[in-house]
Amino acid sequence: MKTHENGSPWIISVFILVIFLGGWHLLTLRPSFHAKGKTDEQLQMMEFNGDIVRAGAEGYIWNPEKMNGVPGPLAVVEKARTELSEAFVIKGTNDHGIAYLVLYTVSRFAGGFLAASVVAIIFGVLLGLNRVLFRAVNPFIQVLKPISPLAWMPLLLYTVKDPKWTAVLVVFMAAVWPTLATTAFGVSSLKKEYLHVAAILQLSWFKRLYRVILPGAAPTIVNGLRIAFGSALVAVVPAEMLLGELGVGYLSWIEWNNLDIAGVIFAILVVGVVGVILDSGFNKLASLVTYQE
Amino acid sequence: MSFLIADHVSKFFPGHAGGEDVCIFKDLTLKVDKGEFVTVIGHSGCGKSTLLNIIAGLETLSEGGVILNGREVSGPGLDRMVVFQNFALMPWMTVFENIALAVRSAYPDWEQAQVVAHVHKYIGLVGLKGAEDKRPIALSGGMKQRVGLARAFSIEPKVLLLDEPFAQIDALTRGVIQEELVQMWNATRNTVFMVTHDVDEAILLSDRIMLMTNGPSSRIAEIVEVTIPRPRSRDSVIEHPHYYKIRNHVIHFLVRHASHGAAAEGSILGGPSGTVPLVVRF
Repeated sequence: MKTHENGSPWIISVFILVIFLGGWHLLTLRPSFHAKGKTDEQLQMMEFNGDIVRAGAEGYIWNPEKMNGVPGPLAVVEKARTELSEAFVIKGTNDHGIAYLVLYTVSRFAGGFLAASVVAIIFGVLLGLNRVLFRAVNPFIQVLKPISPLAWMPLLLYTVKDPKWTAVLVVFMAAVWPTLATTAFGVSSLKKEYLHVAAILQLSWFKRLYRVILPGAAPTIVNGLRIAFGSALVAVVPAEMLLGELGVGYLSWIEWNNLDIAGVIFAILVVGVVGVILDSGFNKLASLVTYQE
Repeated sequence: MSFLIADHVSKFFPGHAGGEDVCIFKDLTLKVDKGEFVTVIGHSGCGKSTLLNIIAGLETLSEGGVILNGREVSGPGLDRMVVFQNFALMPWMTVFENIALAVRSAYPDWEQAQVVAHVHKYIGLVGLKGAEDKRPIALSGGMKQRVGLARAFSIEPKVLLLDEPFAQIDALTRGVIQEELVQMWNATRNTVFMVTHDVDEAILLSDRIMLMTNGPSSRIAEIVEVTIPRPRSRDSVIEHPHYYKIRNHVIHFLVRHASHGAAAEGSILGGPSGTVPLVVRF
């Protein structure tokens, strides 16, 4: 086992990155245009179609304006550079800088996730404390839980008639079920002795809840929140795409509409970075409330 | 009138798949005087922990009642604190917080400084000074149960209920904590009701040992009076001439008679469930 402990993982990470970027660059590289073996008529047709442009005396090169194949890493870096340099610029109603888009997505996500967590923990505790109620409600939870949050979207849009709130509610729908189910489970499987101590000490209902039940079930609740967090993060991107709400998910879609594939790749990377930042923040919070037995 | 009375207590558990109810014990009566240390000893599954939980109010009884200081008690309360076999410390709280939770509940009118002083006093009493801010995960089994004892003593209950308190602690540490418990009990003279299956522990600590037959329909067949004078310590009790007499008697009971108490007509046992137990005194 000792060999597994040696060596730095980040060296391997850098190696993987270099291989990936190099491969990507080579695979998307286009050989320069050679007019050899083509008739003047063919060349005129290609120029007319915009595939090639004249460069210098009687020479042709590939038209740099015309998209062809997947862009290479350099094109994406160039795109990222321009996007990031205009991060705080608002050019029009649908063209906000990337910083704003991140802000919109994060606030949309945070609103839906927090609301879902509060609702799910409250109902989860109630269900966890009442076995009969839990068993009565559980079939409904089991049916509702596997429904993709996006499947709710038309109904939500029809009901609330506002895409802004619909997007938040889609996130809510994605986040509410995992937390609800695990909270109920965590509370109901709380060790009997803790409740016995609480009963002997005659703790009030409220004190019993926040000194014993919630901290006791916290590790399980946090596991539920973690699952909810992931599923909400997955839901927010297509919700923005489908609803046309400004955000990083929408960025990916609008760049596709612009046929700017480098922009699409940049948007994908932004989604990933936003996810990592939110996730590490969540882990910091989670470590505050969990305990070891 | 005795301080704590379990009066004709019966406990039935519902039978499996609509079968007949299982009788754990029926018409069981036991009396503990104020300041007395009484132990119930019996094999696993004889219902001794169920009896303790009924007195604690953590389990319901099917018939009969529990009377403490002349009043019937129902449900758990601060007057009957339990020391649990598996410690039952809140793992998310420090040693200090675990005890302070109990102290604040027992004395809701106290100032913060008073609570702190009281908690520190009992932490000192069980020799855990310096471990106040540790969580249970960082403590050994013996230290955990010291916290459990400190928590129980700190609220100064009318009755202390010890549910096999040292069963999960290694033998050497167990002896040390038993002696600490003797000293704490000598200082406070609490009324204590303990269940155990450790004979030496029972003799060291108890004024009277109640011997329980095996379930179902178990009963208290004998009461052995421990005539060894106090103060006791582990090495002094074994020197006493009665020690091995008592020990042998209890072990003989557990080995020979506990399992067929009802069948052994005419022996030292005898009579159905609910009859007055035989008092044994050396």
